[in-house]
Amino acid sequence: MNQTLNAAFVNRRGRPPGGNFELYAWFFMRISGVLLLALAVFHLFWMHVVIGVDNIDFAVVAARWENPLWKLYDFFLLAFALTHGMNGLRMIGDDYVRRPGLAVAFKAVLFVLYIAFIGMGAYIIFTFVPPEPVAVLP
Amino acid sequence: MRYVFRIQRFNPETDKAPYYKEYEVELEPTDRVLDGLNQIKWNIDGTLTYRRSCAHGVCGSDAMRINGTNALACKVLVRDVGPKVTIEPILGLPVIRDLVVDMDPFFEQYRSISPFLINDEPPPHGRERLQSIEERERYDDTTKCILCAACTTSCPSFWANENYVGPAAIVNAHRFIFDSRDRGAARRLEVLNSRTGVWRCHTIYNCTVACPREIQVTKAIGEVKQAILYRQST
Repeated sequence: MNQTLNAAFVNRRGRPPGGNFELYAWFFMRISGVLLLALAVFHLFWMHVVIGVDNIDFAVVAARWENPLWKLYDFFLLAFALTHGMNGLRMIGDDYVRRPGLAVAFKAVLFVLYIAFIGMGAYIIFTFVPPEPVAVLP
Repeated sequence: MRYVFRIQRFNPETDKAPYYKEYEVELEPTDRVLDGLNQIKWNIDGTLTYRRSCAHGVCGSDAMRINGTNALACKVLVRDVGPKVTIEPILGLPVIRDLVVDMDPFFEQYRSISPFLINDEPPPHGRERLQSIEERERYDDTTKCILCAACTTSCPSFWANENYVGPAAIVNAHRFIFDSRDRGAARRLEVLNSRTGVWRCHTIYNCTVACPREIQVTKAIGEVKQAILYRQST
């Protein structure tokens, strides 16, 4: 029996590292998957059918973010999509990035990117001040 | 009818790497792939090595990759694989020789989920532990496992990470977790609630396709995930 396998058994019989983290990550993927279906489909419908891709410009976005509910909607879309996607990448890393050092580096990069994108998105969405005057909401 | 068997050969004592060798055999279309292998071993090349015991799909010895799909050689008819068939050992386990792989890692994972009835309570009235038809039905599907390893060695998560406990071990955990007579669910679920447990399963369904006993493997894994979720939230 090879050493890694034995080490894994010792590991597994103890408390799993991170406790129930993997369980909650799995549950989050289920919930966010369903939520994203609604959020993304409505986003597509609104931008492509109701507004139309050709009509999207700065004024449309500025007018849309006049409404705090739209800001919240866009932030949810960003947060759920990014978390869902990043966790997916983390799981792929758990499957295929096997060298311990490389695995840590991979997760560190993912984490930094995740925080940076969420932070940037939140900053842009919530501190956005529309210039005067603003176009009328479609 | 004439069939060509293209078989992956490897003898660790003489070969540096596995290679393919072709054999021509005369078979009835209703003969099984195992019959072809036997004909080669008995009449053409006695060095061909593979496992088989019962030859009737019960013992689970002759799981192999037949035209890229995991199956039991004794349950596949040659008419269903075409005139030229490629046979390789199952993936993800070390090859010992030709089609024989080292099953130790597989059985080690199987043992890790305590595949036996755990119940310290004395049986009621000193007799057997009775079960209703519904209670027996709950885990009926997963009792069918013959530990051939077709599912585990069809799983990309297992190919990528040999520490993953694998579908076969989860199926056998399921068989006891949902058995009304068993009291060991907590300890099995704890083993399976780890990074090398059920969470490595990304529901790709290869295992369900591979199972020669038609066990709904992915469904069983899903039920174990749910059981872990409900246990943690109560």
